[in-house]
Amino acid sequence: MKYVLSISIGAVTFLLICIAWLQSGGLARERMRSSRTPDEATRLLLTQVQARNWDKALSSLANTNDVDKASFVHDLGGSNGSLLTYATLEKFDVWPLHANEQQATVRAKLHYSTAVGPLDDVRDFQVQRAGDTWKVSWPAGKLEKPAPQVIPVNYLRWEVINRGAEDDWGVQNVDSPQVRIVSMNALQRPDRVVILGEIVNEDTIPAYINVGATLLRADGNAMAQENSFDKISHILLPKQVSPYRIDFPGVQLKDIKSVRMDAKSMLVPASADPVIAVNRQRLETDPLGKKVLRGELLNQSGQIVNIPHVLASYYDGSGKVIWVSDGYVDQELQPQIPVSFAVDLPDDIAPKVQNYHVTVNHFSSSHTS
Amino acid sequence: MRALVITVMVATMCCPLLASDLKAPATVVAGTDFVIASAESQGGTFYLIGPSLVSKREVQNGSEISVPGDGIKSAGVYTALLCSGAGCVSTDFYVKPSSPARLSLLAHPSRVRVAEPNAISAVALVFDKFRNLVVEPAQVEFQAVAGEAQPISQSRTAANGIAWIRLTSGKKEGPIKVGAIIGPAKELRVVRQVASDACNLRIKPEWAAGKFYVSTDPVRDCSGNAVPDGTVVSFTKTDRSGKTTVDAPVKRGIARVQMPVDGNARIFVASGVVTGNELNVTGKQ
Repeated sequence: MKYVLSISIGAVTFLLICIAWLQSGGLARERMRSSRTPDEATRLLLTQVQARNWDKALSSLANTNDVDKASFVHDLGGSNGSLLTYATLEKFDVWPLHANEQQATVRAKLHYSTAVGPLDDVRDFQVQRAGDTWKVSWPAGKLEKPAPQVIPVNYLRWEVINRGAEDDWGVQNVDSPQVRIVSMNALQRPDRVVILGEIVNEDTIPAYINVGATLLRADGNAMAQENSFDKISHILLPKQVSPYRIDFPGVQLKDIKSVRMDAKSMLVPASADPVIAVNRQRLETDPLGKKVLRGELLNQSGQIVNIPHVLASYYDGSGKVIWVSDGYVDQELQPQIPVSFAVDLPDDIAPKVQNYHVTVNHFSSSHTS
Repeated sequence: MRALVITVMVATMCCPLLASDLKAPATVVAGTDFVIASAESQGGTFYLIGPSLVSKREVQNGSEISVPGDGIKSAGVYTALLCSGAGCVSTDFYVKPSSPARLSLLAHPSRVRVAEPNAISAVALVFDKFRNLVVEPAQVEFQAVAGEAQPISQSRTAANGIAWIRLTSGKKEGPIKVGAIIGPAKELRVVRQVASDACNLRIKPEWAAGKFYVSTDPVRDCSGNAVPDGTVVSFTKTDRSGKTTVDAPVKRGIARVQMPVDGNARIFVASGVVTGNELNVTGKQ
């Protein structure tokens, strides 16, 4: 009887370890250790990546000796506080594109769970036969780093001193920044109503902004209220323009009589640094057949931007904003090193697009504005 | 305190017929001593109930009750009550604010674009030294001084304690001091006049060390004021490689960006809702 408790605890512990092993993909790893097909080789690699077992993942490659570990880890696990460092590879889908006796191309869709929501990444893997097994051949390449240098950064920074609680009534305070909604458009999407447009900071100081919308019924009562959340550049420098998008899921445009817009602005400390150029922008069709806006971000300043957030506004022939899309970039922006991005665009909107404009939000661990 | 108030209220209600036996001066000014006369020669308990105080004290001589100015700092209606063995007598009187001695000046906005008509408002509220709003008409002198220019003055009569003016912002950027004066009181606020939207925004190409740069001419508004540093200028370039956009802040009066050029390129510039000239350049091989 005296051993019953200890045996029970031991059994429960063993059971929990087994569950954890299964949960972490242990069974899948064991099953695919053989990698008898290109699919299995890709799955094995991604399972190791999922477990963040970089050494094993690296050793499973066909060209292990040619691959720089730092570059490999940076590519799949992130570094320097980038979005991938706050992400886990939740699941992946793998399917073959084409194969012959010695080589194959396998496409994988990686579903990351990140701090800012789900993130999908589609990659094509080259897989090679090595004897009886198949192994993924990773593109060789060194992690690009900025050369040692001094980059002078002397852009403006604004600090705010507000009226103190001890000050007399009527003592002057500093006013909130003047912002203005310059355009607004309401669209009916299959499952929602979308309010989108642009807002400008008309003031000479930076503004923290947020745009809200209230949908009103025919009787004047409010039907729903939402704000732009992260589909906006919250901090706008003087004369900077940001797109905004507000989604109302499950609402039909025919039920709405009018929309009440509300632009709120607040005085905040901010910096004019960093400047991020958006190069090589073009509308393309991605491997999955979706319309995407691709480009490259180039951090022209000296500070690492940990999490870039791309916002794109699309215009029709008359200059009206017809869509706003956004996307977080999973890699950090090192100074002077281009990083590619892609944001999607609904297929039915794409033919109407005549022009587009891309802006970049940035989150840096050293300062947030 | 509550018991005292209840006592006073009950006493006031019980002896309305005797109310005329106490006589306060016709005009009582906040903070000044005065005397309340009474037909009652014997002493008693004297109560004074005002907007912000209730006091109670014993008086020996009921025919002449002196009230110190310290007890009537707040303007408003007061009730004086004298209770003795024969009953209670009371009177109501009004304490008016003393002479203007303080100002609260509200200037709005704290930043204003140049050359905006009636864009600046200055509102002065007139108080006495005890913070009572002086409701009697009083002359408030408003002054506005922009930079080194001569001050501009305008006089306004405060009605119900408030006087205001509206000012048109000047054509030059910089602070404008808005002041209000009444008697010994003077208040000053600073409103910053800032450049308006960019005007005649122009860009020019530059090649330096094999790299292509686009920079603006000094960015100014239509009155010739330089827009403040930090103002964002958006550059958009379209060439063979696609489109490039850069939001660059103005630094030392100009905005400058480096852009790769692939073949023939068209470059546009904008700042806020203002657009500038278009540039056509050819990339160097």
